[in-house]
Amino acid sequence: MSDFEPDILTFCCNWCSYAGADLAGVSRLQYPTNNRIIRVMCSSRIEPIHILEALKEGTDGILVTGCHIGDCHYIEGNIHTDERMKEIVDALEHLGLKDRLHLEWVSAAEGKKFQETITDFVEKIRALGPNPLKEKAKEE
Amino acid sequence: MTEQEAITNEESEEVRIGAFICECGVNIAGAVDCNAVADYISTLPNVVTSVVNKYTCSDAGQAEIKNAIKDLNLNRVLVASCTPKTHEPIFRACVEEAGLNQYLFEFVNIREHCSWIHMWEKEDATKKAKELVRMGVARAALLEPLQSSEVPVTDAALVIGAGVTGMQAAMDIADMGHKVYLVEQGPSIGGKMAQLDKTFPTNDCSICILGPKMVEVARNENIEIMSYSEIDEVDGYVGNFKVKVKHKPRYLNIDECTGCGLCTEKCPVEVPYVEFDEGIGTRKAIYTPFPQAVPLRALVDKSICIDCGACIKACERGAIDMDQQETFSELDVGVIVVSAGFDVYDPEPNHDFGFGLYDNVITTMEFERLINASGPTMGKVVRPSDVKPPKRIGFVQCVGSRDKNSNIYCSSFCCMASLKNAQLLKEKYPDTEVYIMYMDMRTPFRMYEEFYNRARDMGIRFIRGRPAEVTENEDHNIIARIEDTLTNEIVNLELDLMVLSVGAVSPESTETVRQILKVSRAADGFMMEAHPKLKPVDTTLDGIFIGGMTQGPKDIPYSISQGSACAARATRFLAQGKALTEGITAKVDEDICVACGVCVPMCPFQALSIEDDKLKILTALCKGCGTCMAACPTGALEQSHFKNEQLLAQVKNVFAYGEV
Repeated sequence: MSDFEPDILTFCCNWCSYAGADLAGVSRLQYPTNNRIIRVMCSSRIEPIHILEALKEGTDGILVTGCHIGDCHYIEGNIHTDERMKEIVDALEHLGLKDRLHLEWVSAAEGKKFQETITDFVEKIRALGPNPLKEKAKEE
Repeated sequence: MTEQEAITNEESEEVRIGAFICECGVNIAGAVDCNAVADYISTLPNVVTSVVNKYTCSDAGQAEIKNAIKDLNLNRVLVASCTPKTHEPIFRACVEEAGLNQYLFEFVNIREHCSWIHMWEKEDATKKAKELVRMGVARAALLEPLQSSEVPVTDAALVIGAGVTGMQAAMDIADMGHKVYLVEQGPSIGGKMAQLDKTFPTNDCSICILGPKMVEVARNENIEIMSYSEIDEVDGYVGNFKVKVKHKPRYLNIDECTGCGLCTEKCPVEVPYVEFDEGIGTRKAIYTPFPQAVPLRALVDKSICIDCGACIKACERGAIDMDQQETFSELDVGVIVVSAGFDVYDPEPNHDFGFGLYDNVITTMEFERLINASGPTMGKVVRPSDVKPPKRIGFVQCVGSRDKNSNIYCSSFCCMASLKNAQLLKEKYPDTEVYIMYMDMRTPFRMYEEFYNRARDMGIRFIRGRPAEVTENEDHNIIARIEDTLTNEIVNLELDLMVLSVGAVSPESTETVRQILKVSRAADGFMMEAHPKLKPVDTTLDGIFIGGMTQGPKDIPYSISQGSACAARATRFLAQGKALTEGITAKVDEDICVACGVCVPMCPFQALSIEDDKLKILTALCKGCGTCMAACPTGALEQSHFKNEQLLAQVKNVFAYGEV
């Protein structure tokens, strides 16, 4: 288990968290290489199928990130994100996968927070061990 | 060929992707083996060519993209380099010039999101770059051409805040022939600069250079000043903003008032004048803001008015209307400039350096009013405890700046402001001992270092160190205990008056404006520009610009430059009369949609409605966030450019398990 390197997928919204990730880069804030980013315009674009497919593909942990509440570029998109993620986490609980999904607000100015969020999440998932669906995904 | 035919044509074609991997000098190549990435990508389906550039964004790099589109008949282009936030428009324009729809371009970030954050992990960074580009290739294959729409631009600008920055922006836009609404929350334009005594590095009287500018603004036919007004709501997008402005009641008819001051003379209520004289002077319940105010009109402070009616009797023009209510205006504007100014740091809550505990510790702004010839003491510097002229005065630098306990940023103007005030003291009262207690004196820009040298020559004493302890003796003198870090001595300095050189903070009222506009907030609390170097006055929102202290602390010349910069950037839209909006919008498949209406309340922009049992999308209102389609239970809604199949292609190609 010690050589387990978790595969992490992060959804970023175009306006806040993607820019926060950019700022982490510009500031040369180093963090683990485990993370891959998919950009969407708003975190509220994320549907359950995106999360479930990622888990089915063997992704060990999924981060959904967006603007802080009150700062959404689309006024209240992130409020819908918040509600939906709670529902998805509830559904994942039945599958024993609920800890593999995490929601975090990161502003365009929070490069440091982006770095810390990824670093902490990688460690959390590392402790949790591989996604049980991973082996099957690898076979396919 | 119609647009629809062109799109169908594109779809039926074989997908031919050209991938361009940028080394960005060593910015990317230092941590990512770009050749290995290109080699790997060339093995992926649909990839026709995969090349490495030193700088893909350079002329040579862009020429290579355009040639490849023509020579290899590419119908998709992928660039793996830096962030789309700065470079996507450049590459989109590049592929368009070669005849490819700009939405058939895919951007992969392997610099900010890879090489710069994994600087010493070349092997893992290269593997990650390969995977990121593979995700991009999978998505690129599924991209569809889209049309961005052209929208007309309303030929008018809104400038929020009429300090020196906003005045400059308003005048420049107006002089280029466009209508400007200049909204100011205070009763007069002029901002903080109107309160200052002299300005560095020339020591000319602040209101003497600002006053004529204020009059010029008022006289400009294209500028409509809305004083004592606030932004209530902003709706719309570049070229078509709808703005609701709240006009606070002055309790008099501004068109009838002449600013003669008879009402003020008769008013029996007098209170400390906090707004303009920093609480040192007094004002009446009905008052004009200051002698040079624009508009020179009175207003009533209802919170202290005793309704005696003396002013009503005094006013020969019958201008006073105690029943006045707040009113609202609806404005249509094409662009918005935010120049909402700053507050000075408040040392009261933490009693920094004894402020609020000892009478003779004051702030720079209070000092500005004290030494100002039109201030409450007619320019005679006296100390608060006994109204006597101080003989020993000390300035403490970096109060509320460069301090982990308050703000870590440098407020940039305070060193020069204290040098200026110290010089003024020495000129006015040559026998006064003047000390500046500092961490570092920062004097960049033309004539500033010379200004510092002049202060030294005048005999102003500099102590490198700030008070570690501040106490007061029985004479109400201030005892500052300082470690002079140049001489390694502990100094106990007895002062008659100590001035705290307070830094700048973003005001709460600006935060309200920021939330209404949805402009990003930087870590220091000020509004955030689109790019710290390349787009210093733009925001990430098209058509909204920020200048002066709204973007962060700066001095007067810098603020005025930014005001002009905002005007130039904003006027581009007004002069062209049109703007392009993103082609990314919601689309509905009417064959699948059952018109259940679940999506309708999701839309924050009222772009969706059910009409005749059908979902109707008003594309002009849609901002392409994607909130509605995530709620659609049937899958009838799609977001162009972020379609489910496009996102899922990325999701499925994230990790390659041993292939890379």
